[in-house]
Amino acid sequence: MARAVTPRRKALNTVAAWSVALIIFFPVLWMILTSFKTEPSAVAMPPQLFSADWTLENYSEVWARSDYPRFFWNSVVISVGSTLLGLAIAIPAAWSMAFVPGKRTKDLLMWMLSTKMMPAVAVLIPMYLIFQRTGLFDTKTGLVLALMLMNLPIIVWMLYTYFKEIPGEILEASRMDGASLWKEIVYVLTPMAVPGIASTMLLNVILAWNEAFWTITLTTTKAAPLSAFIASFSSPQGLFYGKLSAASTMAIAPILILGWFSQKQLVRGLTFGAVK
Amino acid sequence: MSTQSTRLASRIMVAPSVIVLFIWMIVPLAMTLYFSFRIYRLLSPDRTGWVGFANYTWFFKSPEFWLAISNTLALVLGVLIITVVLGTLIALLIDQPVKGQGVLRILVIAPFFVMPPVAAMIWDNLFMHPQNGLLGAVSRAFGAEPILYMEQYPMASIITIVAWEWLPFATLILLTAMQSLSSEQLEAAEMDGASALNRFRYIIFPHLTRAITVVILIETIFLLGIFGEIFTATQGGPGSASTTLPYMIFKQAIVAKDIGRAAAGGIIAVILANIVAFFLMRSIGKNLDA
Repeated sequence: MARAVTPRRKALNTVAAWSVALIIFFPVLWMILTSFKTEPSAVAMPPQLFSADWTLENYSEVWARSDYPRFFWNSVVISVGSTLLGLAIAIPAAWSMAFVPGKRTKDLLMWMLSTKMMPAVAVLIPMYLIFQRTGLFDTKTGLVLALMLMNLPIIVWMLYTYFKEIPGEILEASRMDGASLWKEIVYVLTPMAVPGIASTMLLNVILAWNEAFWTITLTTTKAAPLSAFIASFSSPQGLFYGKLSAASTMAIAPILILGWFSQKQLVRGLTFGAVK
Repeated sequence: MSTQSTRLASRIMVAPSVIVLFIWMIVPLAMTLYFSFRIYRLLSPDRTGWVGFANYTWFFKSPEFWLAISNTLALVLGVLIITVVLGTLIALLIDQPVKGQGVLRILVIAPFFVMPPVAAMIWDNLFMHPQNGLLGAVSRAFGAEPILYMEQYPMASIITIVAWEWLPFATLILLTAMQSLSSEQLEAAEMDGASALNRFRYIIFPHLTRAITVVILIETIFLLGIFGEIFTATQGGPGSASTTLPYMIFKQAIVAKDIGRAAAGGIIAVILANIVAFFLMRSIGKNLDA
């Protein structure tokens, strides 16, 4: 930066920016702190910070007593499963839209985006009934399907914007050398597309993990992931703050970490490539 | 230069995505439309038949529906205004040279990765709970009675929670857009004596319009469907005070088990979403081409 910044101004900026950042982060921080307090200490008034009774018991108890491991596992299977299935369907589509665009490719992409405009609640009844009749209700398979369909437009769009950036000359060169379509995909495109596919995957795992409509409405107990579990857990308000916080901290920790790694791709992905 | 066979291959590769999305759009929507004209209550399964627009008129006559519409609007507009205004200010602040910008970004982005039920849990219990919440303690420290956030101001409380979740998204996008602005232009303006306010008004803000439009479009898509926060924090209550249109439809379907009415609500939601989408796409289309 060529702009001259006085040390004083930089210090002021730093203090101001850090204060704002800490205020925004504070609710998460407070939850994490509460998760390490004993139950009486967690609800003590006035709130305790330095005088609190610290413990790890909330974590061991949540993990041991409830069906927490199962909810956690369900979240993993549903978010990763729906993302992988979505990728399997979307990669060929995005590939051909990026490299063999037809007259209607742009329209097709806009149409896919428009399906995201349909409110999920409008199809709640049919989904509920179809899932009940077909035995998909409260199964991981059912949720994998539902969340895959929900995120498919985003997956196609993200992949499309990444594939678009792979130079077409490389493809032409490989075609000149006589590579078949299949070889072209496996040896030329895939290595170049891996970063794009990886960030698409990351973002969609995050979206699926945090999804809280279908996971709540299409499950009861068996296939319920963490989002549904926390939503039902918090019904007895004002109780078990320590355990509630521990369960919640474990529910968001994996995604928080993944998210921090993917913040750059997040902007691109969620804006469908409009902001880079 | 694509040969006949690559064209065919590309069709085959696009087909699965298009087919599943098409089915996903058409089949449930057709079923919703069908149910919306029928009497269909899971609690009295013997009564069936066509009822014309009775399910729709029930919605339009219900005071809860109009409350739900105004709550939905308040939620979408409230969160949009808060996130865009605060997001711009915070992005401006972070865009300055500060120490530890990397960690700072990590802290600011965090709420976006918090799943809706957890966000609602944190605010509802740890902050807004009158007896045990932190904000109650703050009120008491000032000698005031704790505010019953979820009882007295349920919609404002929900807006606060959702705005907290979406503020990072707006901030991050606006920050990304700001960083693509050439610093020479700003420096030149500064040397010519342009005030900070004028630099924002004439250089930074015009540069941000596209990013702001994108933020509005994407947030609106997600905000129209907000569900988990309300389900966890207020269950739409007290009464119907924090019931939005999606939540009202959910109550009709899952609690009242009235499939016909819920379906009619779903169709109304689709129509409203399409009206919003139409205007959004039009105004955004203008902005994106420019």
